Amino acid sequence: MTMIFPAEKMSIADAGITAIFGYIVVFAGLLILMVLLYVMAAIFKSKANKAAKNVQVESNSNAPAAVKAVSAPTAPGSAGHIKLFDVPDKEAAMVMAVIAYNMQRPLNELHFISIKEVKSDEV
Amino acid sequence: MNILDTLQTLLNESGFVGFFMDGGWKNLVMIAISCVLLYLGIVRKFEPLLLVGIAFGCLLVNISNFFVDGASSANALYHPELWSAFLDESSEYYHSYGHIMSNGGLLDILYIGVKTGLYPSLIFLGVGAMTDFGPLLANPKSLLLGAAAQMGVFLAFFGAVCLGFEGNEAASIGIIGGADGPTAIFLTSKLAPNLLGPIAIAAYSYMALIPMIQPPLMRLLTTEKERSVKMVQSRQVSKTEKILFPIIVSMFVILLLPSTAPLVGCLMLGNLWRECGVTARLSDTVQNALMNIVTVFLGISVGATTVASSFLSLQTLFIVLLGLIAFSFSTVGGLIVGKIMYKLSGGKINPLIGSAGVSAVPMAARVSQDEGKKANPSNFLLMHAMGPNVAGVIGSAIAAGFLLAVFK
Repeated sequence: MTMIFPAEKMSIADAGITAIFGYIVVFAGLLILMVLLYVMAAIFKSKANKAAKNVQVESNSNAPAAVKAVSAPTAPGSAGHIKLFDVPDKEAAMVMAVIAYNMQRPLNELHFISIKEVKSDEV
Repeated sequence: MNILDTLQTLLNESGFVGFFMDGGWKNLVMIAISCVLLYLGIVRKFEPLLLVGIAFGCLLVNISNFFVDGASSANALYHPELWSAFLDESSEYYHSYGHIMSNGGLLDILYIGVKTGLYPSLIFLGVGAMTDFGPLLANPKSLLLGAAAQMGVFLAFFGAVCLGFEGNEAASIGIIGGADGPTAIFLTSKLAPNLLGPIAIAAYSYMALIPMIQPPLMRLLTTEKERSVKMVQSRQVSKTEKILFPIIVSMFVILLLPSTAPLVGCLMLGNLWRECGVTARLSDTVQNALMNIVTVFLGISVGATTVASSFLSLQTLFIVLLGLIAFSFSTVGGLIVGKIMYKLSGGKINPLIGSAGVSAVPMAARVSQDEGKKANPSNFLLMHAMGPNVAGVIGSAIAAGFLLAVFK
């Protein structure tokens, strides 16, 4: 067997310690990354909340008589609006119809929150 | 010119004569194995993009290379003895790519990209550009599932040492449990290139077999009630968060384990190109054209390492067995932490998403979705499982970086 690096046979005890230590390193690394992501999310959430509050305060003080923006009316029996990500309306309608058919449920009993295209070649 | 002499020369140069030489039967066995791999890739669609190339590389190397007195035959496409000299510190050709370029065959030259870690890194560039880390950002707890699912890596490493493998070889075998082909190839090419063929084949075969390996373990370790849990919609992630993510991960992970720089750096650069919104052309190129080109070279050059004389050994059987153990325990690790999260969240997290912590994007997430749907037809776990799934890619890169730091 050709060896590239001078390697010695490891003792089973050393292998056990290395395995446990390695698992801890992976866990610790991803745990710290998780904390960083939570901090980042918290910063962005607070910024978004502040921006929303500012907008509300401005609209209340500057234009008290302004008519609130009315969201587009929903169809009779509809459960509300749906968010589409990279999906045309026609395809979204087909997806919802297929799901309703497969579940043997009327379409107006289902509440779709969002539809997002997951590319099949995403590896 | 004597026609009989010409015929004699042609006959002696013919590969058919090789089958009757000492050890020639091994080439026949390898040709049969390559045909089985081609069948699995083409008919059963087991990771066809890479397995077909690997299988054909295996076929090419074993019909063109018959060893005579320890040396490859004249028309060989791949010369293991050149690489042995390349790795031998006492040889005058130690680390001499010039020697490989001037004496090697076609597959030797393509293999340089594997040896230098170029192909796996470029594949990661494409993977990064294809991956949406949104589900992970929406639910950062997914990272713990990605970490838990590296359990198989370290258990298989320990098992390999117990079976008599050297530490560096055991590390390369263990990384099969990361369910991440490019990472397995990258680490093995650095630590144990003599085992590259069997490890790459085991890694890609088991990745293709995930829909068969994982469901029995998922049903064994979870109850019907746990599997039917419907998870609530994750929050929307802003564009800025998606742009900052690859920068933060690169800085943190590479500073933590510098040996992960080629893999994590390329993965995150690809992702930054995808998310930043001003490099759509580059993102498109690395996702499609570059990814396809590198896949061509990677598959065929990995297949070239399956030379009969080294591949047909007890070691290969051990690697196949340990690879299965690694995959199974990685799934178990993810499911156990998934169950803990289920308990701690008061039943809000479906433990099935834990098994998606093995990389294998998006196959493992689809398996979680399918199993969840079987338990509760209105269940939709795919996007929730994508979080641990992409976390597994980062987790396996960190595991590989740790093993590289310890054994190189």
